[in-house]
Amino acid sequence: MVNNIVLAIVVMALVTYLIRVTPLVLIRREIKNRTVRSFLYYVPYVTLSVMTFPAILSATAVLWSALAALVVAVVLSLCRCKLPVVALAACVTVFAVETLLF
Amino acid sequence: MKSEWKIWFLRGLRDGVPIGLGYFAVAFALGIQASGAGLTAWQSTLMSVLNVTSAGEAAAIGLLGVGTTYVELAFTQLVINIRYLLMSCSLSQKIAPETSVLHRMLIGYGVTDEIFGISMGVEGKLSPAYSYGAIAVAVPGWTLGTLLGAVLGNILPLRAVSALGVALYAMFLAIILPPARKSKVIAGLIVVSMLASAGLLLLVKRFALDGFSEGFRIIVLTVTISLVAAILFPVKEEGREAARDGE
Repeated sequence: MVNNIVLAIVVMALVTYLIRVTPLVLIRREIKNRTVRSFLYYVPYVTLSVMTFPAILSATAVLWSALAALVVAVVLSLCRCKLPVVALAACVTVFAVETLLF
Repeated sequence: MKSEWKIWFLRGLRDGVPIGLGYFAVAFALGIQASGAGLTAWQSTLMSVLNVTSAGEAAAIGLLGVGTTYVELAFTQLVINIRYLLMSCSLSQKIAPETSVLHRMLIGYGVTDEIFGISMGVEGKLSPAYSYGAIAVAVPGWTLGTLLGAVLGNILPLRAVSALGVALYAMFLAIILPPARKSKVIAGLIVVSMLASAGLLLLVKRFALDGFSEGFRIIVLTVTISLVAAILFPVKEEGREAARDGE
């Protein structure tokens, strides 16, 4: 079990740094294996999707504000709004909905 | 040579400003989550300056909040952040072959979705100075945001905290959804992943599978779905172009 938070932070930092730096230092040629390339290409989309839903629904005080924020974020993202704009709009939506409800 | 270095650095600095601002808002929410999970402000700040990874840190905070092991923590980071491996592979082709190992090790610190995005958008070979410029504004935004979120999160009214809680998820959507417009495979993959995530969570709750922690769920779903997608829909070479749209 983790009993030292700082050690835990150093462990995860080490893993993440090694992932980032190893290809830069060692590999000077592109990965040729198509399946490996494809797998690594899809990973961020799957991971971020899995992390976002359904977790976003319980991220706020009530379900309805989270649902509204989800819809706003999806629509703005599909309209290619910049990242900070999407994040801010989602926050404002939650604030507005919860102000109306309470 | 010296002035060329300076031009690259300033360009990285300029392109990094919107990233730094976006990071600040997202990290603020992360800091709130971290203090909610029992981390001190200084621990959250240390985590952000050493890791610089929104998804990885969010998962770690979730795990630390409910109790975890060092191995599970390390494995979660490996799976969630394995995408940086591919990015660094692409980046190794983008920098000049003669770039020194020291520069490569320093650039590696700043490989995030967003910095990778702007780096690959640069014309021709990438100078390490560009990365340093972007890092110089993005990392302070990320770290300072975490610190202030951790410190002020408890002072802010509940409603404001509730509002900031969705910032991280909104950012993830802003990264994954724009490429989904161009690719039906990615669009389908996102829908399938979200449904599978909800389905697995319901299963875990229904049958009280307590060993199936959040980190483990993320690992299992990511590896399984990505592997099936890689076999069924191998990417063509323009795959990297689509990845760039994630910025």
